[in-house]
Amino acid sequence: MVEKLAAINVLKIREDFPILKRQVNGKPLIYFDNAATSQKPETVIDTIDRYYREYNANIHRGIHKLAEEATLAHEEAREKIGKFINARHSEEIIFVRNATEAMNLVALTWGRANVGKGDKIVLTIMEHHSDIVPWQLLANEKGAQVEFIKIDEHFMLRQDEIHKLIDDKTKIVCVTQASNVLGTINPIKEIARAAHQSGALLLVDAAQSVPHMRVDAKDADCDFMAFSGHKMLGPTGIGVLYGKRELLQNMPPFLGGGEMIREVHTTGASWKDIPYKYEAGTPNIAGAIGLGAAVDYLNKIGMQNVHEHEKEITEYALNRMSEVKGLVTYGPRDVKSRVGVVSFNLGDIHAHDLASILDEEGVAIRSGHHCAQPLMEFLNVPAMSRASFYIYNTKEEVDVFINTLEKARKLFDR
Amino acid sequence: MSSDIYKDIILDYYRNPRNFGDLQDPDVRAKDSNPLCGDIIEMQLKIHDGRVEDLRFKGKGCAISQASASMLTETVKGKTLDEIKAFGKSDVLNLLGIDPGPTRIKCALLGLKVLKLGVYGYLGQAITEEVRQLV
Repeated sequence: MVEKLAAINVLKIREDFPILKRQVNGKPLIYFDNAATSQKPETVIDTIDRYYREYNANIHRGIHKLAEEATLAHEEAREKIGKFINARHSEEIIFVRNATEAMNLVALTWGRANVGKGDKIVLTIMEHHSDIVPWQLLANEKGAQVEFIKIDEHFMLRQDEIHKLIDDKTKIVCVTQASNVLGTINPIKEIARAAHQSGALLLVDAAQSVPHMRVDAKDADCDFMAFSGHKMLGPTGIGVLYGKRELLQNMPPFLGGGEMIREVHTTGASWKDIPYKYEAGTPNIAGAIGLGAAVDYLNKIGMQNVHEHEKEITEYALNRMSEVKGLVTYGPRDVKSRVGVVSFNLGDIHAHDLASILDEEGVAIRSGHHCAQPLMEFLNVPAMSRASFYIYNTKEEVDVFINTLEKARKLFDR
Repeated sequence: MSSDIYKDIILDYYRNPRNFGDLQDPDVRAKDSNPLCGDIIEMQLKIHDGRVEDLRFKGKGCAISQASASMLTETVKGKTLDEIKAFGKSDVLNLLGIDPGPTRIKCALLGLKVLKLGVYGYLGQAITEEVRQLV
């Protein structure tokens, strides 16, 4: 099926986001920090509000009307999210706090049971700390090795290293689908094939891809996928681990407690089926329902349209940024190979100074090491500034951003 | 935040830092970083008769952190260790002549923290909570 492209109406979309009406330092807010967290549409805020006002109850065990409604809404959200990333079954969707917790869950359950001395864990140099540190902890505990696939001069993963580093000793390969620093989109389908040929699994960090493009977990054939709700218009405190059903069924549990057990006796306990086996304690009910509303909102716009809009803004921003003297960007030049994350430095102005000057004009960007210190070391850059776009950003906003960069350059050149 | 924290004087100290570099045989060295942004400051002090006879700083970071450290070295040169121990947050902000706002205040205070770490280290005294919480 070919999806018809309906050019999205950004001005109409902007009306759905109450926060975009506010001023910062007397200027209209220009929010370019979407890779850190996105803003929330009214429908997500209202959905959460309605849960607390109208049917707040604990889920799964209550035999009363409110509990029934809350349980239904919570499980409907799981189904929506499963369909959104094309999971085979909704029980392949495990609710966690965020992508970080999802990746720790895999390391602490599957990893502890399957990674041993002398085994290899293959990551990429562009991984976020959340996809590095859990594996370093596991490797230290087990006496395993962690190796990193490097990037080439176009900021793309090196093909030769993908095929060289993933070998028979490799137990798991962990790759970000889209880099939170470079914007690079990685070939996860190809990496899945390489991993499976070596008998290894693939974990995909989809925190920067699921919010911005169509992601198909089944087609990618990845074994695990992690993402956060708050980067895709949903609330904070809710995230998702996707895992293939047969894997999730056979892994040991994560946290122990209520909701995840079948029976508990003084001599031991047995677990519920997935997904509940991995969801101990009262979950973030409002968060899950809110994320479901965010998925509805994104579906209404269409992920293809979201992606096209961001490509257009990114192309425009890259072109305009290339006109600024002394500005260096880090990431693929071709917008087909990247998401709407543009990291840069301007002359010798420190990233924090740049962020302050932009903030004075109401422009919110991020600066620093972006939780990717190994990548910064590899590129030999101590800090970068980063502008990241979403469905509500406009070319006019990019113009204000560029004018402010010019202002900063003049200020520091004087 | 003040509308212009990048006053000429701050950019001047950033571009041409005073007392930048190393001392020969310093009596004490101290170094610290801001974990949020990775800014680093090192201070080297020469101490005689309970006074800072000479000092140098070096580091990497934003204009606010580097200019603030440089201005601080000029101000405290010749001061007694007790005077430096009494030097506080507001003294640094007066020196800079700006209000950096809550997100950048730690940039401005990194130099003071390192200076105090040096003084307490020289005296063999435990770091106070006030110093620890500067950055």
